[in-house]
Amino acid sequence: MSETMNTDEAGVLAPARGAFDQDWRKLVNWGLICALALIFVSLTDMPDKLDKRVIVEPLLSMGYLSLIWIPVALGNFVTREVVLEGMTQHKKGLRELVAGVSVGAIGGAGLALLIWLLDTRDLSDPLVNWNDALLEVLSFGEGVGYGAIFWILASAGLGLAGGAFHLLSAIANRLLLAIALTIVLTASLESALDDISEGFQLEWLFEALFEKKGGLSVQGAIILAVFAIAWVLVLGGQAKRGRAAVTARRELSPTKVNTVGLVLIAVAAVVLPMFLGRLTNDLFTNVGLFLLLALGLNIVVGLAGILDLGYVAFFAVGGYTAAIMTSPSSPGLSPELPWWVAIFVVVFMAIVAGLFIGAPVIRMRGDYLAIVTLGFGEIIRLTVRSDWASGFTGGAQGILSIPGADIVGVATVKGTDPQQVLYLVIGFVAIAIYVSWRLENSRIGRAWMAVREDESVAEAMGINTVNSKLQAFVVGAILASFSGAIFAAKVGSVFESSFKILVSIVILVIVIVGGMGRIAGVAAGALVLVGILGGPNQPGLLAEFSEFKLLIYGALLIWMMLKRPEGLIPNVRRSRELHQDEFLQDAWLKAQANDDDDEAASGEVAPA
Amino acid sequence: MTTAMRSKARPRTGVDWFLTFLRVLLTGLVLFGLLAFLWQQIDPDNPLASAINPDANRLSWDAFQGLVISGLSQGAMYGLIALGYSMVYGVLGFINFAHGEVFMVGAMTGMITSNKLFEAGVWEDNFLLAILIAVLVSVICSTVTAVVTERIAYRPLRGSPRLIPLITSIGVSFFIQNTSAVLLGPGAKSYPRLPDWLRDDIGIGPFDIEGKKLLVLVVAGVSMGALWYLVERTKTGKAMRAVAEDKEIASLMGIDVDRTIVTTFAVGGAMAGVAGILWGILFGSVTEFTGFLPGIKAFSAAVVGGIGNLGGAMAGGLTLGSSESLAPQLVLEPLGVTGHTQLKDAVAFLVLIFVLLVKPTGLFGERLSAEDRA
Repeated sequence: MSETMNTDEAGVLAPARGAFDQDWRKLVNWGLICALALIFVSLTDMPDKLDKRVIVEPLLSMGYLSLIWIPVALGNFVTREVVLEGMTQHKKGLRELVAGVSVGAIGGAGLALLIWLLDTRDLSDPLVNWNDALLEVLSFGEGVGYGAIFWILASAGLGLAGGAFHLLSAIANRLLLAIALTIVLTASLESALDDISEGFQLEWLFEALFEKKGGLSVQGAIILAVFAIAWVLVLGGQAKRGRAAVTARRELSPTKVNTVGLVLIAVAAVVLPMFLGRLTNDLFTNVGLFLLLALGLNIVVGLAGILDLGYVAFFAVGGYTAAIMTSPSSPGLSPELPWWVAIFVVVFMAIVAGLFIGAPVIRMRGDYLAIVTLGFGEIIRLTVRSDWASGFTGGAQGILSIPGADIVGVATVKGTDPQQVLYLVIGFVAIAIYVSWRLENSRIGRAWMAVREDESVAEAMGINTVNSKLQAFVVGAILASFSGAIFAAKVGSVFESSFKILVSIVILVIVIVGGMGRIAGVAAGALVLVGILGGPNQPGLLAEFSEFKLLIYGALLIWMMLKRPEGLIPNVRRSRELHQDEFLQDAWLKAQANDDDDEAASGEVAPA
Repeated sequence: MTTAMRSKARPRTGVDWFLTFLRVLLTGLVLFGLLAFLWQQIDPDNPLASAINPDANRLSWDAFQGLVISGLSQGAMYGLIALGYSMVYGVLGFINFAHGEVFMVGAMTGMITSNKLFEAGVWEDNFLLAILIAVLVSVICSTVTAVVTERIAYRPLRGSPRLIPLITSIGVSFFIQNTSAVLLGPGAKSYPRLPDWLRDDIGIGPFDIEGKKLLVLVVAGVSMGALWYLVERTKTGKAMRAVAEDKEIASLMGIDVDRTIVTTFAVGGAMAGVAGILWGILFGSVTEFTGFLPGIKAFSAAVVGGIGNLGGAMAGGLTLGSSESLAPQLVLEPLGVTGHTQLKDAVAFLVLIFVLLVKPTGLFGERLSAEDRA
């Protein structure tokens, strides 16, 4: 917060410090961190495995991107100063460049060392990726010396670039960021764009941008860069103004919605699936299923502040109930109900499960609750898998041949037709969004938020904390069970392995990365994480990442908690609560600075 | 305010009745299962026993003592891991979810070292030296992992709302798990074969204990003793207890709080490293998921024994280990549950839920600072 806050006010800058007036210890430390990061990424084999995923045809692949962002980011980070009110700010100059170069060079030296070791030692026994293919990728097949010198120079240059961002004006920085983001994002969306462009008869555009064998062509990249520049320069200001207007209106009347935006989204949701191909429909269906889960968890974690790590249990309840109710081959009970009737049973079971799991845990402290719900999630999965319950659930064999979902009088949604399933998912997501939105601004929603912030105070205000927490639990359970029921109809079978704890954690990552307590945030989180990287068992657009996606999820979770606990698209109130200390500090510093100014103006000498 | 006081101050609600019902139901089921077990021990063809479980048969003494011993040796391991949870909870007041992964790092590095030593021939020539080196390496690696996580992930979050470090630690756990899968390759990796004397039975009193299980029990006992000495008899331990009681006042008394917290993580990590090697000796193989379930069970053990209480952590571990190994045979099987051994892990979680329902402070009471008692 405080870094951006005062940039406008800091009009007078002190002269730049000398180029070698550095905190060398800090630089060496960050250089070593850079080296470690580069070596770690190399040893995970990302450079080799992702090399096939090309961003710009002859120039850059995801594999090399996984390396080169590190020196840039660290070179930028090491020279960044937290500007507080009342501190002298220096002009940026050579000093930043020197710092960036040294961090990059040390990092590059680390990578060079790795290349040398790869050539001379054999550590492939514990480290599975220690092989010639990695050496080949790192040294471009030109020999160890070439690779080592290349990486030291390249990394130093990238660190220099990272430091140089401080010298550029804000608009130049924004332009560069926009170009980089547009190119990387477009490249990662390649297969989806291929699919969409076919539906809209826009193949010519796709062919202009992409090479036949994959990756953007150079001219495509240039077109995108021009587009990004135009976007920032022409539309950037307007978009900002529009957003400011929307925010202002929301502050005035928080229940008002942006009608235009809503209508646009609704039209897109109805029209878009018709133009999408099989792949994109399937992708959006996965996104929708996880969005449904995430919206439910958002109510439980984001609004009521209950960290439920066994959330997958309700997904399983929904899936298995729908499977048992509809499938003709379910062992034990097999009423073969139509799907739309089964959904009522599913809701009933979800309520029962929500109450049953919720009641014992609701009084526990937050962290105990997390572990106990996790335990319940595992208990349900283990029970479903065991021989004891296999009379109903099929045990490890699962339940097969689940018919599609039929909606009474309207349509029969076959699991094999991704487009129909997508419409079904969109319908349920719409219901979930409406419910979340209405609940958030209702009496019960405010009670949840009060409980989240301070249970004792909420209780003193007359809120029945136990009941309101249980309600949150049950609403979350119902939304998850919808997702489970659609999942069962879509896949046509349920196995216990689809309901591992991993799913709970991925949903948690979606909610946290997107922004706890904010519907738009959760939707963005689901779209980016599940759509691009993929869900726990579902491939995303970047199928090459499947090996690394859980690693990336873990890293993202840590990074978000450390740097931006309110998420990408934060809930205003929640982010204020999380950064309360910083706000108070800023206010205090400002007051101090004002006092100093006043004293200086009146010519008094402050007592020591 | 304790739960007892709260429930007195408030009229009983539906939730309270449900909880009472659950407590009675669970206790009743356990007692009923034990009774059924007794019946079938007296006579498997007893009409009462066979009415509950048609395939009732008597559990032999050999089988019973086998279950007890493996339960206790596994429980000792849970206890060692639980110490780390308990200590960190005592000092920082949050559950370090990633501690199970620290244990896994210990087991993994132990596997790598002992395989290297096996290739060099040390493992077979001089087993004691080899296992000493392996223990040393895995203790160092676990300690480093614990300390580095503290520095990177937890220290910046000190003083933030309670759930934030918990979520971070879930991320750390996930990250370490998948790092292991990506760097070392997924799947199970085995330890070299143990020498014969560790695989033979050794008779102690009425028990015949397999050598490796005895080794696990002895090493766990020794580590526990060393930890007790560290915490109760040394200056460092005094500092740790003081920081657990009140960080601010401890720092006013001239205690370096940061350093004490790092020490706590280091000691917990070392214990997890020892447990990791013991896991390798006991089960002979390790995967990247090895840390997950034992980690959660060890946390349950810490809660069962009363979190923040070191003796309680060990006792909780032993209780949890033995009930997890005995309950399927003693309670579930007489109740007629088929495939009862598949529910072993579920039993561990049920024990946790049961203890939290009946006695939330754990068997030996919680020892927490005043601010945490609220």
